[in-house]
Amino acid sequence: MNYFPDEVIEHVFDFVTSNKDRNTISLVCKSWYRIEKFSRQRVFIGNCYAISPERLIGRFPGVKSLTLKGKPHFADFNLVPHDWGGFVYPWIEALARSRVNLEELRMKRMVVTDDALELISRAFVNFKTLVLVSCEGFTTDGLAAIAANCRFLRELDLQENEVEDHRGQWLNCFPESCTSLVSLNFACLKGDINLAALERLVARSPNLKSLKLSRAVPLDTLQKILVRAPQLVDLGVGSFVHDPESETYSKLLTAIEKCKSMRSLSGFLEVAAYCLPAIYPICSSLTSLNLSYAPGIPGSELTKLIRQCRKLQRLWILDCIGDKGLGVVASSCKDLQELRVFPSDPYGVGNAAVTEEGLVAISKGCPKLNSLLYFCQQMTNAALQTVAQNCPNFIRFRLCILDPTKPDSSTDQPLDEGFGAIVQSCKGLRRLSLSGLLTDQVFSFIGKFAEQLEMLSIAFAGNSDKGMLYVLTGCKKIRKLEIRDCPFGNIALLTDVGKYETMRSLWMSSCDVTLGGCKTLAKKMPRLNVEIINENEEMEECIDDRQKVEKMYLYRTLVGPRKDAPEHVWTL
Amino acid sequence: MSPPLLGVEEGGGNTSTVATSPSIDGDCLGLKERNYLGLSDCSSVDSSAVSSLSDENKSNLNLKATELTLGLPGSQSHEREPKLCLLNSGKLDEKPLFPLLPLKDGICSSSVQKNIASGNKRGFSDTIDGFSELKSSKYTEGNWMFHATGPSSETAQCGGQGKFPGNAGMKAMLPSRTSGAQSTMPKEALPKPAPEGPHALNGAGASQTRASNNAPAAKAQVVGWPPIRSFRKNTLATTSKDNDEVDGKPGPGALYVKVSMDGAPYLRKVDLRNYSTYQELSSSLEKMFSGFTIGQCGSNGTPGREMLNESKLRDFLHGSEYVLTYEDKDGDWMLVGDVPWEMFIDSCKRLKIMKGADAIGLAPRAVEKSKARN
Repeated sequence: MNYFPDEVIEHVFDFVTSNKDRNTISLVCKSWYRIEKFSRQRVFIGNCYAISPERLIGRFPGVKSLTLKGKPHFADFNLVPHDWGGFVYPWIEALARSRVNLEELRMKRMVVTDDALELISRAFVNFKTLVLVSCEGFTTDGLAAIAANCRFLRELDLQENEVEDHRGQWLNCFPESCTSLVSLNFACLKGDINLAALERLVARSPNLKSLKLSRAVPLDTLQKILVRAPQLVDLGVGSFVHDPESETYSKLLTAIEKCKSMRSLSGFLEVAAYCLPAIYPICSSLTSLNLSYAPGIPGSELTKLIRQCRKLQRLWILDCIGDKGLGVVASSCKDLQELRVFPSDPYGVGNAAVTEEGLVAISKGCPKLNSLLYFCQQMTNAALQTVAQNCPNFIRFRLCILDPTKPDSSTDQPLDEGFGAIVQSCKGLRRLSLSGLLTDQVFSFIGKFAEQLEMLSIAFAGNSDKGMLYVLTGCKKIRKLEIRDCPFGNIALLTDVGKYETMRSLWMSSCDVTLGGCKTLAKKMPRLNVEIINENEEMEECIDDRQKVEKMYLYRTLVGPRKDAPEHVWTL
Repeated sequence: MSPPLLGVEEGGGNTSTVATSPSIDGDCLGLKERNYLGLSDCSSVDSSAVSSLSDENKSNLNLKATELTLGLPGSQSHEREPKLCLLNSGKLDEKPLFPLLPLKDGICSSSVQKNIASGNKRGFSDTIDGFSELKSSKYTEGNWMFHATGPSSETAQCGGQGKFPGNAGMKAMLPSRTSGAQSTMPKEALPKPAPEGPHALNGAGASQTRASNNAPAAKAQVVGWPPIRSFRKNTLATTSKDNDEVDGKPGPGALYVKVSMDGAPYLRKVDLRNYSTYQELSSSLEKMFSGFTIGQCGSNGTPGREMLNESKLRDFLHGSEYVLTYEDKDGDWMLVGDVPWEMFIDSCKRLKIMKGADAIGLAPRAVEKSKARN
């Protein structure tokens, strides 16, 4: 192989797409290292503070596609202060300065300012793809810059971001010459949209495959858009309310029937149930349906709809579908692989909620199920055992009982056995979230059986340090461990400090870990950043090592403590 | 530590069997966090000085509620202005609002404030309080987490220690506290039973209803639980509330009202939900009725064609010739444009485009306006 010219080797390497494999290739010899280094195009950085932009550029100067993740996962649930960090601007600046030919940027839980967006739009001539998930810090002005300056923009995908709406005409900023759009998702925007500009944009985007509209886009505009873009594969509906007797509605029906390529529906951010029959014609070919943001659709309407979606592989829905509705899903959607049931009323008790019955029904009807997020009122060990038996293919299993310390509702026992059955049966399980009344025993099961587990989320569980130790010693592949409100202390934290360098991060909040314990850890492991997040002014006055730490977030890093931490975040 | 108890289902005796934390004795005031359902879990509630408490809760005075402010989750700056609890108007009568109490304890206030300011609440330890009381308490509605500042002894332990209750200061005295803000389920159409007497916290702002915020439901809440992205929580809260507000018109979200115009041979119907400003309504009505207005120019004598221009429309509708009026719930004919849009669509039963002499009495200002424009 060494007798081939570099270009040939590089061409061979092009077929190796997995970064893991490419890492291995780099270790073979210096010349392979060099060739691979310059030809690596996709880089994934799971923690933006684990490495610096300069080092990234030095290592992979040819990077074209970058994925960056910032805040810890629990930031989604407001456990992390807003100013904690995760700023993308330094990255953009560094990439721009080094004239990296960036084409794709995907970010999750990062702080993205308008300046950053503006810089992206100006510095990278071939910029094609921008995906922002759960980010914040920007306004529609930043979007306007992207629209105006990225001449070859293909994808602008905004998922669940907090965007300040300046009521500007950002959609107008797409020049008439922009015809390259393939995917446009602005469903998370709250403000008004220039509907005419939107229609024109769709009309001149023949490659548009995915379009997700915000609530401000009414049904009549949707109808006009669908007439222009019958080739759409993925549609997010904004507002879906109209008089079903009207001409607009019947035009919509006609337009929808022509959308033969439609495979994925989402949105319905505002919806009248009596309008739903309009989408019946495309139900039979849908593989993905997300009604989790559609408020107020009664369970009966939901089931009427889902009954027709026999090819569904992915379903995100609100719990107002009820156990019976899930039964309908189970009997209609035999190909279902991913199910997410969100609470329509997270804090109350409603008749709408689902219980273990719904889950068991699903497991019986959908053996291909491999990914689950299930918010429910109650659960039993028996149900979990049944589910484990029926669906051994789980890769992601996240169960959230709305009352987080609730025991088995029929036996009042902890749910250890149930989750134990899950981890034992699902040998490929990579992600697990627990809830309910749980003792150390469940962790012993996890440590013993969950060999492929990479991410574990624990809340209000366990009795002692042993619980956490089971996980740390048993789960060889664990990368992300996040714990809240569990009785795990310094012993658990400090028993195997080397373990943390094999993981991406550890989060512990409201546990029994003390400041002293964290300091010890930080001292022993210089290549970890041990951050203490402390929002209580009291702490500053009484810095006592014996005090329990409110929130601790530690992660491995090659670049030492970060310099952009706010006052109340200390890196030990 | 045993896991803290969590929100018991409120109302209808539907209490879940929640393990009681042994350390909870339920006899002390504790920090509780208040949370608005419409906002993210607790965290987005900023401190704000909140005022009145209902008289019904004398024991409230023992509660040092922390200041709360409201802020959107994800927003980087927290609003500091005092805001009041927001509840669905329909349910306000029965549901107590948050007992927004001014901070009494200086120490706590700053810490709490800081806590809140950063958008994170110490959830858990604070929530444990009162769980044991839940079953016996009159708190049928469930509890709000309060970030109450109690007596100074609590302060030291409050906020951010992550300790479980067991500290005297941490326990919540829910029943006595009344500040247990009972909030109704903001989003759902499910009506919640009114909280029982002692919980009535109708104090501040009971009469205020805010469009965008709903008081969280009556369950006890822990920060960051259930683990739902704040974006999703807020979106669902807002949209559900909108649905709830529909007042009996056909279908959720549709608000059709008749529009009549003097001299027109037939009436039209418009869906008020299609608009969000008076401007939009005006333009739409103009388009609808333009057929009838050609030849009837505004006072400035412009030809009918130019009626399509929005400013001309304003002249038209607010000029000396025509005035847009509506009949409200009381049966009175009112001039369109005086009240905020939301209030308008709540009370509007039908619209009428009045003209000529009828109009003059109603909108003298409009006449002057059009004269000024000329």
